Amino acid sequence: MSSAAIPISTSAGSSGRPKRAKLSGWGRYPALDCDLYRPEKFSELASIVASNASSILARGAGRAYGDAALNADNRVVDLTRLDRMISFDPPSATLSAEAGVTLSEIIDVFLPRGFFPAVVPGTRYVTLGGSIAADIHGKSHHRDSSFARQVKSFNLLLASGEIRRCSREENADFFWATVGGMGLTGVILEVELELRRVESAWLEGEEIRAPNLDAALEAFERTDSQYDNSVAWIDCASGAGKLGRSILTVANFAPRNSLPPAMRQEPFAIQPKFQPSVPFDLPNFALNPLTVRTFNAAIYAMHRGNARPKRFDYQSFFFPLDSIHNWNRIYGKRGFVQYQCVWPETESRAGLIETLEAIGASRRGSFLTVLKKFGAQDGILSFPMPGYTLALDFPVADGLMEFLDRLDAMVLARGGRVYLAKDARMRPETFHAMYPNLPRWQQIKASIDPNHRFSSSLARRAMMIPA
Amino acid sequence: MAKVLILGATSPIARLLAAHFAEDGATLYLAARDTAEAAKIATDISVRTGAVVHSGAFDAADFATHADFIERAAQKLGALDGVVLCFGTLGEEDAAQIDPNAALATIHQNFTGAVSLMTLAAHRLEEQKRGFMIVIGSVAGDRGRARNYVYGSAKAGLHTFTQGLRGRMARAGVHVMTVKLGTVDTRMTWGREGTLLTISPTRAADSIYAAYRRKAEVVYVPWFWRPIMGIVKLIPERMFKRTRF
Repeated sequence: MSSAAIPISTSAGSSGRPKRAKLSGWGRYPALDCDLYRPEKFSELASIVASNASSILARGAGRAYGDAALNADNRVVDLTRLDRMISFDPPSATLSAEAGVTLSEIIDVFLPRGFFPAVVPGTRYVTLGGSIAADIHGKSHHRDSSFARQVKSFNLLLASGEIRRCSREENADFFWATVGGMGLTGVILEVELELRRVESAWLEGEEIRAPNLDAALEAFERTDSQYDNSVAWIDCASGAGKLGRSILTVANFAPRNSLPPAMRQEPFAIQPKFQPSVPFDLPNFALNPLTVRTFNAAIYAMHRGNARPKRFDYQSFFFPLDSIHNWNRIYGKRGFVQYQCVWPETESRAGLIETLEAIGASRRGSFLTVLKKFGAQDGILSFPMPGYTLALDFPVADGLMEFLDRLDAMVLARGGRVYLAKDARMRPETFHAMYPNLPRWQQIKASIDPNHRFSSSLARRAMMIPA
Repeated sequence: MAKVLILGATSPIARLLAAHFAEDGATLYLAARDTAEAAKIATDISVRTGAVVHSGAFDAADFATHADFIERAAQKLGALDGVVLCFGTLGEEDAAQIDPNAALATIHQNFTGAVSLMTLAAHRLEEQKRGFMIVIGSVAGDRGRARNYVYGSAKAGLHTFTQGLRGRMARAGVHVMTVKLGTVDTRMTWGREGTLLTISPTRAADSIYAAYRRKAEVVYVPWFWRPIMGIVKLIPERMFKRTRF
């Protein structure tokens, strides 16, 4: 019996059903209704983009904090199922993979072979596409700049349905507008990424206790030329003479022969750790000035002595918060807002003092606050600039938005800017003033997507694209 | 090194099962209607695990091609030690309940196509007196329901066929496993109601592979569908026909 005459119902090539879903970023604020698709084949993705129904936005792992990966009442395409690796060339350390592949998978597959992504953010659970769209940065920014530095090329699916290869040589305008372009130029399909060679899964460095802000800044200046990775946890609950007291952590990947003999046999083996999870939302009062102050004082007290040589496994060094699943739940149902800003080098010290004092006076404790020195930066809308960056998180509470507007004004007055991938509330005029290259980006966006088929809640709120 | 043929390889569960086999050193042939996707998955598994992974086209409902297809796949693999049947589709149940062509299409995709392929593969495995077959069925095959009885009846047929084949193949030392799958979070169920008991494809594939390793005969994935379906099967027909399952 031949089946040729029997029509087989097939959904190959169709776009599938969307699911109406309340989506949010990692900060869980805001939560907005979107029409969510999750293609499992390229042909499904292509037909979703080809349909003219409403504006569209690609979404990766949903680890941007605010509304960057939301598209309220419009279409969102979750790309996490398009996560295939395409090729790996050991001599050039170059991996080609689809945009839905996460850094976590890359580490799992390639660290045992002696390769690691040159730039990783504070979580390993981000996708390649999202990392390019936000042009993320990590603890090695002063050395390696942001994520784009290791990206050789990517294929971009345009609103027209065409696919363009973008690199520094080919379609360079599209390349630089997509890096840090928050997903608004098209859908990043396949990425060519250069990994870094490492000899072990361990890092060696120091933990430096800095009793105040000046000591912390001095420690960054002194150690950044020696270490590929540096970051400081900063106690934003202490004031006066202790303002800005920090624990600075600096380290390099350990060469194999510097490990103790017992570890040299398996330099890429680290013990898997118990990973607790936050099973439910903590009540909103769980984080209050008292608990924040106590927690921060305890962390500082735990690090005795001035400088201690230390060995870290890569997981606890790069991704300490990944060890607690759903840590975003400690902020309660209302969620939280991340606030990350950067000041130009000459304004950094004054900006940091002014901001830390404002936070102290507001009694809005930031549970975890991170300080880091940035290096050089390329990319039209990329966030980093040479200078110091401060990342804070605040539980959503009454008066918070007004308070953050005040911080914005202070950062802007010193020529600094705020990070879009963490933002959920910046005013459009602030955004426009902080990102002077915006008109050039808008020009490229208009040429590549004249009808603004690609849009997002962030794009409309910050007026990145015309209303 | 096991030489394993995976049919319907572009489903998320099939891909993850294939990766499990590859990690354990198997050589794979991934077959699917969408050959471009099958090739992508083959390359992915090969980059991740270093395994040799082939891919090619097959159509469950094009019976005339099956004999050649099995022969070709076995040749490419160099041998045939195991077959994993992952294809199947919910089809358009609404259409299938009105239009006989649509109903038959669902039956072919889920049952008769499998009968044809399994018969061919069983012959080879029986002759060489070793190997295995994993057949992905569904809890929908345990009892006919108003909402999806066309699909359900195809799966019921598949279960019974597999059950009988298991008995025949036992004599040749060939392991035949039936998987009764609950709802899994894939495109098949995306946007449908009732996702309370839904599990991820990763969890489903992990359970299936673990069941294969311990040589289970009939396994519910996840396990809680066994007691659920046990109760569902006990409900008297007079009552069951009025329920809204």
